[in-house]
Amino acid sequence: SPQVVWSMLGNRQFCSYKMTTKTQNFCRNEYNLTGLCNRSSCPLANSQYATVREEKGRCYLYMKTIERAAFPRRLWERVLLNKNYEKALEQIDENLIYWPRFIRHKCKQRFTKITQYLIRIRKLTLKRQRKLVPLRRKIERRERRREEKALVAAQLDNAIEKELLERLKQDTYGDIYNFPIHAFDKALQQQDAESESESDAEREEEDDEDVDKREFVEAEDSDLSDFEDMDKLETSSEEEQEEEEEVEQKASHSKSKGKTPLKGPARRKRPYIEIEYEEETEPITKTKAA
Amino acid sequence: GHGGGTAERQGPPAPERVLFPPTFSVSEIKNKQRRHFMFLRWKQQQRKEKLAAKKKLRKEREALGDKAPPKAIPKTIENQRVYDETTVDPDDEEVAFDEATDEFAPYFNRQTVPKILITTSDRPRGRTVRFCEQLATVIPNSHVYYRRGLALKRIIPQCIARDFTDLIVINEDRKIPNGLVLSHLPDGPTAHFRMSSVRLRKEIKRKGKEPTEHVPEVILNNFTTRLGHSVGRMFASLFPHDPQFIGRQVATFHNQRDYIFFRFHRYIFKSEKKVGIQELGPRFTLKLRSLQKGTFDSKFGEYEWIHKRREMDTSRRKFHL
Repeated sequence: SPQVVWSMLGNRQFCSYKMTTKTQNFCRNEYNLTGLCNRSSCPLANSQYATVREEKGRCYLYMKTIERAAFPRRLWERVLLNKNYEKALEQIDENLIYWPRFIRHKCKQRFTKITQYLIRIRKLTLKRQRKLVPLRRKIERRERRREEKALVAAQLDNAIEKELLERLKQDTYGDIYNFPIHAFDKALQQQDAESESESDAEREEEDDEDVDKREFVEAEDSDLSDFEDMDKLETSSEEEQEEEEEVEQKASHSKSKGKTPLKGPARRKRPYIEIEYEEETEPITKTKAA
Repeated sequence: GHGGGTAERQGPPAPERVLFPPTFSVSEIKNKQRRHFMFLRWKQQQRKEKLAAKKKLRKEREALGDKAPPKAIPKTIENQRVYDETTVDPDDEEVAFDEATDEFAPYFNRQTVPKILITTSDRPRGRTVRFCEQLATVIPNSHVYYRRGLALKRIIPQCIARDFTDLIVINEDRKIPNGLVLSHLPDGPTAHFRMSSVRLRKEIKRKGKEPTEHVPEVILNNFTTRLGHSVGRMFASLFPHDPQFIGRQVATFHNQRDYIFFRFHRYIFKSEKKVGIQELGPRFTLKLRSLQKGTFDSKFGEYEWIHKRREMDTSRRKFHL
């Protein structure tokens, strides 16, 4: 009889479906209506019992009566509930008519909860779902090491600098930068067959600009006041000048603050200063440019 | 007897063993301390022999003087790379023809101006948001929009309607950006990358000021195969065609062993042979995971290339980009 069953399982002896926690007892039996371990919720200790369970999105009402207690195979009777919520509730009522109020009420509550979570599942599957891809530790480690080694092998700074110098050589920058040797080479290439005196004159001219240019660039390390003078001598565009001035100002500022030197224009102090004096008849400039 | 491990031990104990070729190996000793000691001794010996061989070689080289054979080139992974048959020859006509007629032709013919849309996955965290902003300053003519749970397939027609040429989606996981989807919009290829070592501007040491609005130059290094070429063109099409040299900024995509390193620098020519560069801007590395022919469609798209780990990662000397 159910009372005996309960007095054994519920209180004294072992019930394998019972899970105890600090505050409550739970019942793991799949036919349990509320999920708690109570006298009224235990499917083993009640000879007349009903539950609502869902399978593959459809809800069923399971019922157990005393008459079938001897036939375990036919113990649980199953009724498919209507997809419509209200009609299903009426179905529960009509199947569980004359049953204890507790079971009826709890069945309807459980059915409501189940339909709610089914609705949520359907809504979520329509939205985009984030696919979780498990990481494989060995592979992640391998990739990371390979990336570090590739970084070392790449020597990015050198590669970038080389590429920029290549571009400078191939004249992609046009007239913005005037560097002596570069211009000299260009002059050589262009005026292969011409006489040397003409090329001398050109060289000296370019050395003129070169003198100004060189001093301008070196003056990064010195005061700003020098820049104002260089302004008048400068032949390139103003904007670029402003840029360079800004950059140099930044450089000198940061230097004065004593921070680590920028990896930029003001990084290397020249060990010596090249000062060129232009003289008309001087052959030394020739050798210098050569 | 079994003395301490530091006791000097000769080689094989029994005399008859010496006659046969020595089968004694260090790894057969059961005692760990002794084994370790013998191993160190063996190692020292190897090093000595190697040093002696080097010295001898150097002496020979000096003795021969000019007639010495040229120095052997050390083997590197790049040297030993398995030759990829899809490597592009610079004057290959077929490749040139392909490139003239593929999806990037309108860009390279200067018919379209790039306009980029940068977005993230759902609910981006602070780091990703900041990274997106910095990326937007690096790439000119780009706009950042929040995702807010919209489906990519629905965004894409809207983007095309508003004249965007490229779409960048930065995928995020556990508060750090870890993936990048780059999609060329009017029906162009979609590349999916895994992104790693992302450094924001403030994490870069010795950085300069903010990148200005000037159009930067683009450097693409080491994209040798056909696949590499198409990926390189994708990157190139992000930036407007005419760089403003006044800005002196350069964006670099450097491919090394299938890892693409992105850097953003400001350069200055100190002389004709020296250039100084200063890193501004974020940096990250990308690894190509898949290249898809059409716009983003993970289920039904036609994939041109997918990284298959079991097939492609078998050799350490084989690279695909």
